[in-house]
Amino acid sequence: MGPILIVLENGAAGVTEATKECVNKAKSLAAQLGTTTVAVGFGKQHVSDLRRLAVTKVVIASGGTMDLYNPDAYEKVLAEIFGNVKPYLTLIANTTMGLDLGAGLAGRTQTPLIAYGIDIEEQDGRLTAISQVFAGKLLARVPIPEDGAIVTVIPGSWPADNEAGDPEIEEWTAQDSEAMRVLRVVEPEQSDIDITKADILVSVGRGIEGPDNLPLAEDLAEALGGVVSCSRPVVDAGWLPKARQVGKSGQTVKPKLYLACGISGAPEHLQGMRDADLIIAINTDESASIMDIAHFGTTADMLELMPALAERLKGG
Amino acid sequence: MRLAVLLKTVPDLVEELALDEDARTLLFDEMSYVPSEWDDQALEEALIIKEESGAEVTVIAVDTGDVDTMLFTALAKGADYAVKIVGDFDAAMSNWQKARVVADYLGRGDFDAVLSGVQAIDDVDGQLPGLVAGFLGWPHASVITEVRVAGGSHLQLRQEYAGGLVAELETVTPIVVGVQAARKPPRYASVAKVRQVAKSATIDEVEADVAEARLAGVEYVRPVAAGHAEMIEGDIDEVVDRIVAILEERNLLRRA
Ligand SMILES: Cc1cc2nc3c(=O)[nH]c(=O)nc-3n(C[C@H](O)[C@H](O)[C@H](O)COP(=O)(O)OP(=O)(O)OC[C@H]3O[C@@H](n4cnc5c(N)ncnc54)[C@H](O)[C@@H]3O)c2cc1C
Repeated sequence: MGPILIVLENGAAGVTEATKECVNKAKSLAAQLGTTTVAVGFGKQHVSDLRRLAVTKVVIASGGTMDLYNPDAYEKVLAEIFGNVKPYLTLIANTTMGLDLGAGLAGRTQTPLIAYGIDIEEQDGRLTAISQVFAGKLLARVPIPEDGAIVTVIPGSWPADNEAGDPEIEEWTAQDSEAMRVLRVVEPEQSDIDITKADILVSVGRGIEGPDNLPLAEDLAEALGGVVSCSRPVVDAGWLPKARQVGKSGQTVKPKLYLACGISGAPEHLQGMRDADLIIAINTDESASIMDIAHFGTTADMLELMPALAERLKGG
Repeated sequence: MRLAVLLKTVPDLVEELALDEDARTLLFDEMSYVPSEWDDQALEEALIIKEESGAEVTVIAVDTGDVDTMLFTALAKGADYAVKIVGDFDAAMSNWQKARVVADYLGRGDFDAVLSGVQAIDDVDGQLPGLVAGFLGWPHASVITEVRVAGGSHLQLRQEYAGGLVAELETVTPIVVGVQAARKPPRYASVAKVRQVAKSATIDEVEADVAEARLAGVEYVRPVAAGHAEMIEGDIDEVVDRIVAILEERNLLRRA
């Protein structure tokens, strides 16, 4: 059986939690299956951290354009390393990089892919990946084929591995991408309101229906002494600025109260708010995924409930 | 510039998913389907490029059920051509299999860029744009929120990362792009307009053989939630009372 390969993200902020989570799982699966673990890192950033990972071997792809994430260059060098390592199982965190490299590598190397993994179970030497599909409404249980697979893993699925090790190091020279160039990296715009610092968030999703209803949320937030945040579609529609977005491609928040109004609770949203102290969900659909993590829920119509609640709070 | 936009339908989550809980299988024939929302974003971005630079837009769908309305809707919105890949396909067809037939079709054409939704709710065996790119050996980028023609055969892309960080990429063609969101909300085509287009426009049919699926024995189960919200029952006033009481208990109410 080939090793378990972990594709690391080691950009400016260091080795990410999401990839350390994959290291953790890879180690325990390798012990169960009697195989080794190989991690691939890219570029010179935080190389000393790569050299201390508790895996059997670390391959460091450097040279070319490895210091800054370039989808094309990374995919090509990863495919080369993959061909050399011949892993049985490959774990990649389902971030932007994972969305690029997972499917790209699978197609390029004709290796089956299992997307949105949240766990991998071992029984009698056989692995089954559990993946979260249909916006979290169902789990797929997917036997990992005998010739192996790539699994892209939703961040937060396992504890991170912070153990120090003394892995074998292999340097790998990467080629420049002839197809793609990173022109610049743009930091997010600063906003007057920082939703990560607010104690109370009134968060609206597609259930708000349109910008005309936003004053209902603003009013309620004011009555509660909080601010308005939102799900991604509300930003994509141009109803609220990007700085108000909670989730995977937005902000991670941990307020004392998160009032989720008309938000279904897609995994990408939950990733940004599941640790809030108190979550109250207003959603006409009792089976919406948000109800599984909310402390309290109501199937009231948010467009009726928001003004009624605001009025009560203001009226004392 | 010739753009291809890959469209597919997915089960409508507004309805209950048809799950046979004992057999742990999805009853694909018993669900209703809607266009995947991210594909709609990809189509919108392609139509914006068309308006800016005169690109030609071809929408492509694999015939896994009723995809004609989706294709006619795309034509009504402004796409130039519609292609339906037909064969021995059904609604249970996996993404891997779809990607295979789409890649074969695209490989024979001369498209400069292929746009599709960055993901869909049903892609348990991988996202379509990445698989298609991998099969073709073309460069690929996902989570894209802007595609612009940058003179000659170059495109500029905006790629989004966690926390709102963005990179601007320049790429040659051909390229496959997984679109997260278009620069503007997707446009709307009225039912009357779609009906009118359906009468006059044609969908090109292209035959293909079904490829082998790579995952076997996939089972579907409902998640056993670690918990479920305590539901607040009653009319609006009762719900308001209860929420106020919960907030009061936790000292979350502002003192006047
Ligand atoms: C790479 C990537 C990154 C992403 N990043 C993020 C992210 O950072 N943040 C994020 O939020 N999403 C993100 N998404 C999108 C995510 O997958 C979902 O599409 C999104 O979270 C859904 O938003 P929503 O819950 O508002 O809408 P929907 O899923 O459409 O849910 C709307 C809900 O409102 C309820 N509702 C409707 N009307 C009413 C009413 N009158 N009263 C009460 N309830 C009502 C409905 O029952 C439904 O549950 C990302 C996706 C991708 C692919």
